[in-house]
Amino acid sequence: MIIKTKKAIPASEITDPLVFNKRRQIIKAMLATMLTGSGFVPALANNNKPVWGDLPKSNLSNDSLLLTPAEIIKNHTNYYEFSFNKTDATTLAQNLPVDPWSVEISGEVEKPGSYYLEDILRQQTIQEYIYRFRCVEAWSMVVPWVGFSLGSLLKIVKPLSTANFVKFTTVYQPKIMPSQVNNAMLEWPYVEGLRMDEAMHPLTILAVGMYGDTLPKQNGAPLRLVVPWKYGFKSIKAIVKIELLKRAPTTTWNKFAPNDYGFYANVNPAVAHPRWSQNSERQLGSSFFTPRRQTELFNGYGEQVASLYSDMDLRHFF
Amino acid sequence: MVFQYNKLQSLTIIACLLPLLLLLIDIAFNNLGANPIQALHMRLGDWSLRFLWLTLAITPIQSITNWRGMTDYRQILGLYVFFYATLHVLVYLLVDHALVWHIIGIDIIESSYIWLGILAYGIVFLLALTSPKWAKKRMGKTWKKLHRFIYIAAGAAILHYYWQLKGNLAEPLFYLIIIILLLSFRVAVWFKNRKFNKMMIPTGQKVQVIVAKQVVIPETIREPQVIVLKSDMKR
Repeated sequence: MIIKTKKAIPASEITDPLVFNKRRQIIKAMLATMLTGSGFVPALANNNKPVWGDLPKSNLSNDSLLLTPAEIIKNHTNYYEFSFNKTDATTLAQNLPVDPWSVEISGEVEKPGSYYLEDILRQQTIQEYIYRFRCVEAWSMVVPWVGFSLGSLLKIVKPLSTANFVKFTTVYQPKIMPSQVNNAMLEWPYVEGLRMDEAMHPLTILAVGMYGDTLPKQNGAPLRLVVPWKYGFKSIKAIVKIELLKRAPTTTWNKFAPNDYGFYANVNPAVAHPRWSQNSERQLGSSFFTPRRQTELFNGYGEQVASLYSDMDLRHFF
Repeated sequence: MVFQYNKLQSLTIIACLLPLLLLLIDIAFNNLGANPIQALHMRLGDWSLRFLWLTLAITPIQSITNWRGMTDYRQILGLYVFFYATLHVLVYLLVDHALVWHIIGIDIIESSYIWLGILAYGIVFLLALTSPKWAKKRMGKTWKKLHRFIYIAAGAAILHYYWQLKGNLAEPLFYLIIIILLLSFRVAVWFKNRKFNKMMIPTGQKVQVIVAKQVVIPETIREPQVIVLKSDMKR
């Protein structure tokens, strides 16, 4: 069993989000009925209410960033298991069953096991994290993620002192994910990894939602990693397995093209991809004739994370 | 007049503007997806490439159908390669970068795929510049030599396309297959002509070899053949 942390958990996070949401809807419906006095207005008001209404914002969240419209975030996803095309992936990803979902945590931990997502969520402080998301394809967006600290989850399973790296694995569903059947391009299932200190960093979260709602399937539902100072491909989607390892895991993109995609994949304008510059990025949602944005070292999170790499040559460990 | 066109040619000129019209409609209705500027790049680049293949397809079509007067169409299509490639470049400079030159500079220096694009565009630019008939007349043999650079432009353009992708090869590979088909047709024709020439129009030492061989052949047949050969040489 998982031991609950001492931290006081707000009622909204202990309650099953769906039940909680229904309660909110009922209250809203009652209010609406009282105000309008008519029967059908509440029915309209009930539609498409986000699962997480007003979440506490993480103090790591950057409120000064202008949010990218949800429609853009939902329709511009790299999900090669489904398609190499960003919009086709969105359509095809709807076939993925995400409920129930469990995550296997194993390796160098005291308490390995398979955990239901609901049980994991009950243990965690769910907050909103507004982060900039920078893709290696030189575009960026600002996403209001809903999630919790990966470090806090790892602490529950008690990592051993021998745990140096964390390996994440995406679900393997060849019946639903066409590229996995054809063995297209990459090796499946998709694998990503972090160094232990990166995984324990408070900025690193596991996201379960976006824009106050559950995560859209194309964006990695039901559980994905978000590491805001690294290129997007590190932020693995639809996680089914988290392994703590002594040695660095071989990650998918790094294996496919080691000269193009490093293990660290820290956003760094000074280290160009062999074929294209990483110096600037296109902010999705910005209008025509808006110049590209100058990319920041560690995607603007340098103050928090630079110390992790203080003794490393970032040209070599790109 | 530098350019003069008949009805069918004028129709071609208008039809070639359709992709641009469709693109403008998509811009107006915000139909370009989540990354509209990248979509603009791709659409214009794609059309530039497609017109390049059409331009290259003219010669094989002419050889197969014996349809005279195809060169005018080749010129029109070739100019559209230039037209769409120019829009592609302008979108990069104006729409994507809003003419912020230091970012453009770093982007070009660090991105090898852009160098290939510049090479392809430079060639297409020169070809468009020398496209009028008076230029063709004035340049003589150099014109043909210069315009053969289109093959280099085609290769550079495909690499430029492939080089900026993260991984998926399908589309550039499709374009590559088209150009290989078009070029292999030319190579086949070239080989055929070369062999044909060798057999049909013997010159110099080869004539002597043929004559020497024909010594073996009975006299009655040999004589008229030699006469035919000699008369051929005189022409």
